[in-house]
Amino acid sequence: MPVDQSLVGREFPPTAPLEVTEERVAAFAASLGARYDAGGAVPPTYPIVLAFDAMQAFLAAEDIDLFRIVHGEQRFAYERPVRVGDVLTATLGVVSLRQIGGADIIGTSSAITDGDGALVCTGRATLVHSGGQETS
Amino acid sequence: MNPGDTFEPRTFAITRADLVAYAEAAGDPNPIHQDEEVARSVGLPGVIAHGMYTLGLVGRAVEEWTGGAEVVELGCKFTQPVVVPADGAAEVVVAGSVKGVADGLATLSLEVTCDGTKVLGMPKAVVRA
Repeated sequence: MPVDQSLVGREFPPTAPLEVTEERVAAFAASLGARYDAGGAVPPTYPIVLAFDAMQAFLAAEDIDLFRIVHGEQRFAYERPVRVGDVLTATLGVVSLRQIGGADIIGTSSAITDGDGALVCTGRATLVHSGGQETS
Repeated sequence: MNPGDTFEPRTFAITRADLVAYAEAAGDPNPIHQDEEVARSVGLPGVIAHGMYTLGLVGRAVEEWTGGAEVVELGCKFTQPVVVPADGAAEVVVAGSVKGVADGLATLSLEVTCDGTKVLGMPKAVVRA
């Protein structure tokens, strides 16, 4: 079923706050084959953890299967680096939606903010949903 | 960093075990990154790496090249899948150079390939110079 056009402009509830811990950052870095040293820089792609949490909540709210989603584009703009000790929340909005060849191309923007409500980074993602031709 | 500076390309190997570890660490359980059958059922050629895994490798290369410069922008389109075999590894090569420096920011030009095919579209990184 194609995704409903009325989604455009909608903002979804903020994700539960997540504390950036050394353990989480070390596991993330290690999975990329890198080493995280205490006090070192957090990998620049780490905010995807927050952005992805927001994407999954959005997909679940709209009954969209995750396995039908392919990540088409991701761009981060950082106000400042993420640091261990940050408590971050992502708020996702749907900014665009178009259908191409039976696929929904969903444009999203997630604002990732810290415990003081200050913007840490903005993640813009394009999600390609391949369920557009299903009749169910 | 000066415009035209070229960095030493970095080669990274990606295994299925890496994808399992990444899925856990990043909170991304999408089975197309773990399960061959599910991946094929949605028209993919096999298990593919998370796009963000590949972009994460770009982040690693940028950090190494720039000595940990602060990243102010990072992004790309995921244009071709990086297929990760059940045995062995996919190899991703990240090449880069300094495209321009202005207002204290260096924009890097990047090319990311797997088996000679570009896998990222319009990859871009901007760091504090």
